[in-house]
Amino acid sequence: MKLTGADILTHFLADEGVEFLFGYPGGAVLHIYDAIDRQEHIKHILVRHEQAATHAADGYARSTGKPGVVLVTSGPGATNAVTGIATAYMDSIPMVVITGQVPTNLIGNDAFQEVDAVGITRPCVKHNFLVKDVRDLTSTLKKAFYVATTGRPGPVVVDIPKDVTADSADYVYPKEITMRSYNPVVKGHGGQIKKAVKLMAAAKRPMFYTGGGVILDNAHKELAQLAKKLNAPVTNTSMGLGGFPASDKLFVGMLGMHGTYEANMAISNCDLMIAIGARFDDRVTGNIEKFAPQAKIIHVDIDPASISKNVKVNVPIVGSVSDVIKSLLREIKASDFKPNKTAMKEWWQQINEWRAVDCLSYKTDGDKIKPQFALEMLYNITKGDAYVTSDVGQHQMWAAQYYRFDKPRRWINSGGLGTMGFGLPAAMGVQLAFPDATVACVTGEGSIQMNIQELSSCMQHNLPIKIVCLNNGFLGMVRQWQEFFYDERYSHSYMDSLPDFVKLAEAYGHVGIQVTKPEDVEAAMKEAFKLKNRLVFLDILTDPEENVYPMVPAGAGLDEMILI
Amino acid sequence: MKREKKADEKGMRHIISILMENEAGALSRVAGLFSARGYNIESLTVAPTEDVTLSRMTVVTRGSDEIIEQITKQLNKLVDVVKLVDLTEGPHIEREMLMIKVRTSSSDSREEVKRLADIFRGRIIDVTATSYTIELTGAGDKLDAFINAFEKTPILETVRSGVSGISRGAKNLHI
Repeated sequence: MKLTGADILTHFLADEGVEFLFGYPGGAVLHIYDAIDRQEHIKHILVRHEQAATHAADGYARSTGKPGVVLVTSGPGATNAVTGIATAYMDSIPMVVITGQVPTNLIGNDAFQEVDAVGITRPCVKHNFLVKDVRDLTSTLKKAFYVATTGRPGPVVVDIPKDVTADSADYVYPKEITMRSYNPVVKGHGGQIKKAVKLMAAAKRPMFYTGGGVILDNAHKELAQLAKKLNAPVTNTSMGLGGFPASDKLFVGMLGMHGTYEANMAISNCDLMIAIGARFDDRVTGNIEKFAPQAKIIHVDIDPASISKNVKVNVPIVGSVSDVIKSLLREIKASDFKPNKTAMKEWWQQINEWRAVDCLSYKTDGDKIKPQFALEMLYNITKGDAYVTSDVGQHQMWAAQYYRFDKPRRWINSGGLGTMGFGLPAAMGVQLAFPDATVACVTGEGSIQMNIQELSSCMQHNLPIKIVCLNNGFLGMVRQWQEFFYDERYSHSYMDSLPDFVKLAEAYGHVGIQVTKPEDVEAAMKEAFKLKNRLVFLDILTDPEENVYPMVPAGAGLDEMILI
Repeated sequence: MKREKKADEKGMRHIISILMENEAGALSRVAGLFSARGYNIESLTVAPTEDVTLSRMTVVTRGSDEIIEQITKQLNKLVDVVKLVDLTEGPHIEREMLMIKVRTSSSDSREEVKRLADIFRGRIIDVTATSYTIELTGAGDKLDAFINAFEKTPILETVRSGVSGISRGAKNLHI
């Protein structure tokens, strides 16, 4: 079947099972948009800014496990997409981004809307391609999806010049592809599995530290089995929340800079750390010299480069997280593995003492809405079963602390890059994937304004997202650092001249509700979530001086937290 | 910052040989990786192999064991990299080619340059009334010694190829 490049692209995406294409048209992709108009398989979601297209595809990918697909034009289309590509790259999210390019004969000529998209995106993609010949288009697209979704997932950019989308070639959908230069390891090394189980059997104070890898590889069930076998405490990174049920008694909360007292103390005192699908990020470890000083470390990760990058480990196991955990469970069964009951009793006694500190308690103040209270209310009203996307800052940390995720893929946040403006477009991707689900975007008055224009896309595509804006009139996390470390000099962290968010929501055709008193939070949220078919913007005016606790100051060890 | 500390540590010299897909941009992926992560490159050479779909790149770098481990892992992670080997882990041969142009305005200096070239087993590959150009192949320190030997003869120009290497014995980097 001979097709134009543009039709090859749409046929391929349909054959690949792509449901949604998040994009924005422009000169270099006009042939492609014409082809999109000729077909019915893929639904194109028009955004208002290319950054939002990438975040929406990202939110779709995080919530479904399927790759998010983006289409943008050349030049500014591509550069606007870069933030979203980098966001996905840092969090290992499978994504394929098609960027239009000027015709091949103009490449390098400083043509209108030309940028070197492959060069600009190179440091923030898993891989990228420039397609110079329409005959290479199908195989390149197949490679892009294969690379994006296998091994440690990540975004892949395919740059397609305009003439390539007009030229014709034969099209046959390739079911499979092999690449001699790319063969991710799946199975963990047998000898390492044995060593790991020996360490587990000898441990007196074992501890699980798990990250986004558990969620990406759908290994939450296996992780729960393994944790139960060892009866060991589990902590999650921000990316890993929901990978282990927060309501399980083995769960000690998130670790790191704003982790719980019990999680950070347990890390600092454990004698065996089982790190799974986590990468020892600096926000997690605090001062690396003081990180888990007594622990032997087992590290399971699909990416060999993540192992012994920041922290030297004793037993590295390269492989897919679910596969390795299954092997560990088999090995535990085959060996005469028995946890040390007396030691474990003492360990749990110690952990429960740390728990009793109740580090997430907060002081209430009669007439001010505490952000923690608002998020507890969100948890109660959505029965802990919503998809929660977040922006970046204090509200993000409070959501991670107070919305207790029991299921994977429910907590959607920009963990690695920390991209403000992520929350609303990400929620669009989630709501499209799950039209009947409750989707809440927890944000602040700073972050929401970074992609506020998407309120228009939400109206066009009928997305009944609930925006929970914790409006404290400050760039809260910046303000907190200035209070603690810059003698309360609040340089440019106050957002003066805020819009009337209620009127703004209404101007876009949505519902806006402002809440100013603690006693009104419950009713307002109930009202908002009752409006099943409407986007509701909840503008909740919160205590401007509230801080996120506990906090590990930069340069300190995890056991040197500031508590409230 | 940890990375700055890392880059400052001189550490051992390593020769990493990389087989990669002979595709546009492959070189910039490797160069970009080194600059983005603050690794240093002493030299880098690249050319197609007998299989034109593959390029072979040789990178000479310095770093502690941990950094070299990260460098090889990060290189392996590049989708275009098919295979790589750290040649310095085993017995190997390294070679670099030098071309040096020197001023030879008198017959005495021509004699001297010819003698030096012979001692170092270099070859004179171009001659004019006022200059000789010599080609010399060897390990880097031999080339350094040769350059330093021109005490009295003015050097007009030098060019070095950067290091290429191959392992000793039947072991090979091949697919």
